[in-house]
Parts: sequence; C-alpha cells; structure tokens
Amino acid sequence: MNIIVTIKQVPDAANVRINPETKTLVREGVESMMNPLDAYALEEAVRLKEKLGGKVTVVCMGPPMAEAVLREAISLGADEAVLLSDRAVAGSDTLATSYALSQTIKKIGDYDLILGGKQAIDGDTAQVGPGIAVNLDIPQVTCVRKVRECADGKMVVERMTEEGYDVVEVTLPAVVTVVKEINEPRIASLKGKMAAKRAQIKVMTAADIEADLTRLGLKGSPTNVVEIFSPDARQGGVKIEGAPEEQAKSLVTALKEAQLL
Amino acid sequence: MPIKINKETCVGCGACVSQCPFGALSLVDNCAFVEETKCKFCGKCATVCPCEAITVVKEEMEAKDDLGSYKDIWVFAEQKKGQVAGVSFELLAKARELASQKPNTVWAVVLHDGSNAAICDELIKKGADKVLSVSAPELKDFDDLTYSNVLYRLAKERKPEIILCGATTIGRALMPRVAVMLKTGLTADCTQLHIDPETGLLIQTRPAFGGNIMARIRCQNTRPQMATVRHKVFAEMEPDASRSGEVEAVPFNKEDLSLRSKVLEVVENIGEQVKLTDANIIVSGGRGMKGPENFALLKELAEALGGAVGASRAAVDAGWIPYAHQVGQTGKTVCPKVYIACGISGQIQHLVGMQSSDVIVAINKDPECPMMKIANYAICGDLFEIIPLIIKELKK
Amino acid sequence: MNYFLTETEQMIKETAREVAQKYIKPVAAEYDEKNEFAWDVQEKIAEAGLCGVYIPETYGGICPEGQMGIMNLVVAVEELSKVCGGISLGLAATALGTIPLILFGNEEQKQKYLPAIAAGEKLAAFALTEACAGSNAGGIHTTARKEGDYYILNGTKQWITNGNVAEMYTVIAMTDKARGARGATAFLVDKGTPGFSFGKKENKMGIRASSTYELVFEDCKIPASSILGKEGHGFLSAMKTFDMSRPGVAAQALGIAAGALEDAVDYARTREQFGKPVISNQGLRFLLADMAMKVETARAMVYATARSIDSGDRNCSKESAIAKCYASDVAMQVTTDAVQVFGGYGYMKEYPMEKRMRDAKITQIYEGTNQIQREVIGQCLIKEAASKK
Repeated sequence: MNIIVTIKQVPDAANVRINPETKTLVREGVESMMNPLDAYALEEAVRLKEKLGGKVTVVCMGPPMAEAVLREAISLGADEAVLLSDRAVAGSDTLATSYALSQTIKKIGDYDLILGGKQAIDGDTAQVGPGIAVNLDIPQVTCVRKVRECADGKMVVERMTEEGYDVVEVTLPAVVTVVKEINEPRIASLKGKMAAKRAQIKVMTAADIEADLTRLGLKGSPTNVVEIFSPDARQGGVKIEGAPEEQAKSLVTALKEAQLL
Repeated sequence: MPIKINKETCVGCGACVSQCPFGALSLVDNCAFVEETKCKFCGKCATVCPCEAITVVKEEMEAKDDLGSYKDIWVFAEQKKGQVAGVSFELLAKARELASQKPNTVWAVVLHDGSNAAICDELIKKGADKVLSVSAPELKDFDDLTYSNVLYRLAKERKPEIILCGATTIGRALMPRVAVMLKTGLTADCTQLHIDPETGLLIQTRPAFGGNIMARIRCQNTRPQMATVRHKVFAEMEPDASRSGEVEAVPFNKEDLSLRSKVLEVVENIGEQVKLTDANIIVSGGRGMKGPENFALLKELAEALGGAVGASRAAVDAGWIPYAHQVGQTGKTVCPKVYIACGISGQIQHLVGMQSSDVIVAINKDPECPMMKIANYAICGDLFEIIPLIIKELKK
Repeated sequence: MNYFLTETEQMIKETAREVAQKYIKPVAAEYDEKNEFAWDVQEKIAEAGLCGVYIPETYGGICPEGQMGIMNLVVAVEELSKVCGGISLGLAATALGTIPLILFGNEEQKQKYLPAIAAGEKLAAFALTEACAGSNAGGIHTTARKEGDYYILNGTKQWITNGNVAEMYTVIAMTDKARGARGATAFLVDKGTPGFSFGKKENKMGIRASSTYELVFEDCKIPASSILGKEGHGFLSAMKTFDMSRPGVAAQALGIAAGALEDAVDYARTREQFGKPVISNQGLRFLLADMAMKVETARAMVYATARSIDSGDRNCSKESAIAKCYASDVAMQVTTDAVQVFGGYGYMKEYPMEKRMRDAKITQIYEGTNQIQREVIGQCLIKEAASKK
C-alpha cells in the first residue's frame, strides 16, 4: 500500500499577532509548523503502512524552507519526501494549488491512497483535497474520523457529519481527508529523528512536474484578493460583579433585555 | 514576478513594511524586499509607497470570452432525509437580496429522493424563484462523486453566474469538486457577500489566519462565481405563502452515479441534542470543568437555554466529552447569537473558532484570562456555584 | 550552559523531553498514588527508541561498537526524571541490569537478550541486595550450587527495582561461600524459571511508580550457560557495573533536582504575595540561586563522568562515586528547598513538589548509600596517594 500524504507548512497560530496600530499581521518571531491536521493524516498513513506494508511519501508545496516540515514528517515515520518549490506557484489559489499538487502526485506515481488533513489552519479552505481528487479523477471522502477496513482495493471509512457519521465505502486509489478524532499522533522516535537528519528531500520544479504554466500562480488562479482588512478587535464588555446570586440574575436580565433569550 | 521594487527610487523608509498585512516585506540593504511566498499580491504596499517605487504587475488569469452568457444565482439546497439545512434557507434569503442589486433569478437546486413532496414548495416559500429538482433514489444520501457529477452537468449546461452553498461538511466536500470540474474559483467559508456596484462582481468576504485578517475576494475572469457560506451569518426569510414559483424536474442521468464510492450507513448519534453548528446558543466548557461528570451541568444549562454544548480542546483531549463537540482551530467554527464559555481561558486556537459569535459570556475564576477580556459579559467566580444559579434564574 | 552535546545526545534529550511532557506528566501523580508500574508509559518510552541508547548498534542499540553509551543514558534519564523520578527507573534500572551483560556477557548471551532490551520489549533488573547484605554486599546468602550442567539457586533478594516487570535478572549468588567475596558469581536468570518467584511487593516512600519486589529462589535450576563472566567474578562484575551505572542514578537525582528547580522558578515568577511576584524578594532569589548552583555543578560532574566512561576510562570509581553522591545530596537539598518555595502548595499532593522530595531520598540510599560512596572516594584517595610514591 503506497500512501501519499499532502502536508502544508503553516504559521504557528499561537504566535500570530496583530499590530494594533497598523492592524497587520506580525510574522516576526512566528515559527512555522506542520499543519496540525496533516499530522493526523500522516499518523494514519504510517499506521496503515505498519499494518499493510508499502511506503509513505509526503508532499509539500512551498518555499525551500518548507523542507523542515518534510523532515519532521520523516521523523514521524514517512519514508520519502517531495517538495514542490518554484516561483511560478507563488500566489496560487486553491484551483492552482490542487493542479500543482496533482501534477506532482502524478509524477511520483504508483499510489493507492492520498491522505491529508481536513483543512489547513491558515487558509481554512478545505478545498485542495477534493481538488486533487478531481484532477486525478479518483474518488474522495472528506472529514474522516475512522478507517474501518482497508483491503482488496477498497476502504471503509467513517465520515464525520453534523449529526453523527456516515459509513462510506470507497475504491482505491482515493483522496481521504481526516479530522482530529481519527488517531493520536505519536512523537518522533529517536530513530525517526536520525533518519530525518539523513533523508534526501526531493525538490521538484514546475518543469519537473510538467505543469502548464498558465495554470499556476496568479495566472492560474481565478480568485484574487481585492482587499485585506482587520476585523475590529473584540472589546471587552461588562464585568458582572456582586454575589453569585446577583451575578446570575444580572446575566439573565441582560440577555433577556438584549432579546437574546 | 508580479511585484517590482525599483531600487533606484526606494528610499528605504519602511512605510510598506509596516503596512503589509502579511509581513511579506522587509528592508534589506536599506531597500524594500518582498518575500514571494508570503505575499498575497494585494497591492497595499504600492498604494502606501511615498516614492512610487513599488509596482504591482497585475498578472492574472485570462478572462474567458463567454462571461456574459452566465446568469442567475443558484443556491444548492442541502437536504438530509428530505429536510433542508437551515443554512440553505439563509442563503436563499441572501440570494434574494443580491438578486435585487442585479436582475437575476434565484434558483434553488435540490438533489433528493423525493421522499419529502413539499420540499420544492418550501424552497419557494423561503425565497427561491425557481427550483431545479433532481429526484432519484440514488440521491437519497450525499455521495461526493454522484452529487458533484449531477451539479457539474447542470451548471455546465445552464451557466449560472453565481453558485452559493452552505459551508457544511457536505458543502465543503461538494463545492470544491464542482469548482475544479468547472475550472472556476471558489471561496470557502464566507461571512459576507455583496455585489460590487461598479463591476457587478460578487465580492466574497472571509476570515483568514484564524480570523485575524478579513479578505475580500472576487472571481473576475471565470464563471460561475462560487462560495460556501457559514451558518448563521444571514437570516432566513419567514415563509411567504403568497410566493409562487416554477419547479423544473430534471431527470437523474444514470451516468452520473458513482460506482467508486457508496454510503453504507448513516449514523445519527447526537440524539436529541441541538446541533452545534445550528445552535443559536452554545454553552461551552473547558479545563475549568475539572472532569467529565461536570459536563452534565453544562448540558442542563444548554437545555434550559435551548442551546448546544461545546467544548475546548483541553476538555476533549482529556476525554471529558467527544470530539464532535470541540470548538476551535482543530474542531468546529461556530457563530451563535450567544456563546457561553465556562472555565475556558481563551487560547487563540479556541478563539478562532468562536470569536465571531454575536455575544460572548465568560464565566471564569481568572479575571485576567483572554476569554474574560473579550467577553461582552464577564463573570468572575466559581462556575460550579454560578451555573446552577443561572439555571434557577432561567426557570423562574 | 553549553555541554557540547553531540547531535545524537541532543536528539535523545529532545525525545526524552517530549515523552516526559506528553506521556509522563499527565499520569505521574496517579501512578505515584497507586504505587504501580506505568506500563503504558514504558511502551511509549520504548516506541520513542530510548531503550537502546546505551546498547551497541550490533544488538539493536545506537552505540558504535566498542563504545559505552553512558552519556546517552544519562541524558535520557535526566530528562525523564525531571518529570517523574519513578517512571524513569524502567529505563535506568534496566540499564543497571544490562550493563554487566554488555561488559561481561558472551556473544550468545548478548544475542539472546540485548536486541529485545534495546527495542524495549524486555526490561532487566540487577539483584544483589539481601536482608543482611546491604552496604556489605559481600555478606550475601543466596547460593548457587553446581549440579552437572546446571546451577541450583537458593535464597532471597530484597528491594529489587524492576522486580516482577523485568524479564531478565542479573543475580549475584555465592558459588563458593568459603572464598567470601571471591566466591560470588553473576547469573542471568529469566523470569518464569521454575523455582524463581516474586515475594513481597514493597510499599515505598518515593519512586512509587517503579516496581520493587523481593525475588525468591527455591531450588531454582538454571543452565550453566547462564553464568555471566567467570565463576567467582560476581563481586568484581558488580563493582565494575556500579562504576558505570552510578552516573545513571546520578542522572536520576540530577533530573529530579533540575525539574524541581524549573518548577520553582516558574512558580516564584507567577505566585503573587503582598501585591508582587514572590520572586521579587531577594531572599527567595538567593534561595533559587543556591539551588541553581547545586544543580549546575551536579550536572557538570555527572556529564563529565559519563563522558569519561564513554571515552574508555575503566578506572572511574572515584568520579562515579562523586557524581552519584553529590547529585543525590543535591537532589535532596534542592527538592526540600523547592517545597519551601512552593510554601503550603509544596506540601500538598495536588502539586508535584512533595513527590520530588520523596523520590529524591532514595537516590542517597540505593546503588550504594552515600556513606559507602564517601568510603569509595576515601579509598581511592588513599590508593592515588600511595601510587604517587
């Protein structure tokens, strides 16, 4: 079973701050990290590999420094890593990104399953996984919380829904995106860390993946940002003081007066 | 290279550096330098540069030549067991408003098994001018491939100018497929929509970077313009019995049926509880709840308020409550009318999932924690003492 | 302070820290309370690859052939002990039971045990102490009587760390009582061997998440191939082992002290009294400074000794004894002071401080009491002085 895991490098949200004067994002001192939901996808891939054999290849699109998350992925059990890095992909929206990644995956070839996190925590679009599925013409299941079975070119998974979950059977190869509930990722083992240190990260360019340049970057992106603004920061409100009985009463009164109850 | 910095004219004043919303600019050797991977090409730097040293080359996709032939607004009416999702009704109401700015017909598109005969009528009463109804037993449950094949075929033939859909599990699985099949743009998880009076384009506003930044996005050169939209940001219409409209039944094309995926079972295990994303009021608990047994107290409060129970990651990771209840970065994003945070300190990862709630109430021992600072109503005290009193007060 | 950790040591440190934070911290108090071995955590320590840090590569570990990995062990044990000085013993006491095998075992014995120990599938223990033979290790009563190709073990070992949880036991028994210390021999005994059972489970003051048992041998028949090294060399093996294993205990003590210091500084910065953080009082800062001096000097001594052993120094009794004795005295002092910094909270079981104080105490007692360590140091001084002439 050969599994490809798509991984994104994202800024660590815990450190993202807004400059209160200019209302812009302060990136200084903000560390990058592996998109947290992708870590669950990677863990699931490694578990499937441990059970069924095969290998796990991680793929990332990003600047050269994104190599760090690929090495981290190797320390967590991935066997091979590919970085798609090219100035031509800068400014890509989800349509262009899913095209670029699917071309990369085609180039890697020989896969049974593509796993990824439900969404990345910086863009929050959840669109790239399904986009890859369409480009590769393979089925998809999103928001998967459990893999029930995986055998004979088929998978049975549980898709988390608003009301509970759906049990879905899908033929392989397929794209599966996962939610946090699916597993508890391991920490990198000592041997994993040593392997990560030595690993060769394969870097591919737009030419390597034989991409149509008009489908990459800004030229390949139908959506574009026309304006960026900061939402008004929430201001604190009323402190409800007094004895607990008074506090409870004041709150209920306030909510009723605001016609919220 | 879409951003050019003229090293001759740049004086290294740093005006652009402090104004870049994405921190993509810095001064290198006293001259502005742009890090392409961070740049979103928004052009703000060019407008603030006092020396006109920055030019943004508007590199963009070539416009398709048939843009004028697309018309009407479609709302994908998501149904489960014949019941239309609340967010679909909210979008019908919003579509009506958009349609008034630009003469357009509002279509509801519904894929279903026909078990609810009144479904099309209901869509009309709540804002649709016309309904495209594809009814077949195969369409009973959502299947990613089958549904996207059907919707793609319809959109390809009929050329809607705009397609809107709720940012639900289904919406966020279906729309990305259809958008890529149609090779057009899609904006996820919008919180605002309007028509630009000058260009007539749909301007889609969405939060990015966990809500720290808002972006207005447009899709200029391809059609349809597509967006998924959050629950509860628009209000649905009161059903208007006087409204009438046309229902067009489109036969299901068997070729669209997916042979590669199949829903085996639909399990609804949240019982009588209110769905988190549908709730007007959410009572959420965090580390301060101290243990799983205390969530019964929150459930009681939620029931008294007619709301749902949420939780912070800390409470979920401790195993006190299932993941389905988790609000925040790795859980759900919610925007209820009232969010009551009990014993949740308010780490950024939690705040991004709930800070667009209309009113936030915080109950916490620590008056200095972030949640207490952003709350509209902050109650400093012991939640185990205060919550029962609130319940008592509500029952009066 | 930069101790010039190698890349490998740095990775071990990070890995052990992650294991400690993620898997040990949430459960340390619970296992302490229950007086139970933390199997689930031990599995995580194994999965993280920490069990083989001191074992040669040839047998599934990470040490280059012919080189000891005491520094690797020290770094791992220190990090684990910062969070729980009891749980870290799964690794540290296994090392104590395994080092004699690495030093004196034959190829067949190494192949039999080391790969499983390196992978964390098996734990080991070292069994010397008896009711009447504590500091006087020469006074052991357990006997091994030769019968053909077998030895018959009889006797009772006491207070054996990793007792019952270990699969392999390095047992010192008398093969020739008449010869005294020269009549002791080391054996490798498997758990489950008929005649080998576990007696009382000890209820301890500290390190309660470690498993301490009595080992009972009643006509326990083991093959002659179980001899470790040569007959009559048991006591020598034990002493050589202690020279190398003491830095491990020292690292446990060091970790307990360092963890206490870290927590004490954090607490002093956030705890407010009289409207200001308590750390703004010079008296308290001086206390913390003294704690820091002790921890850092202990660390320097422990690391230096471990490096010396790894570089091939086989004459390290004095340094090992100094490291063990000093680090464990420091652990006791620093944890006592850390409880003081925490005040009333320090005394309460809700906070992890009083446990550290309880855990620290054993490090002054086992693997040679600190009185014995001082005796070893004293004897070395005499030898050194005598050899100068």
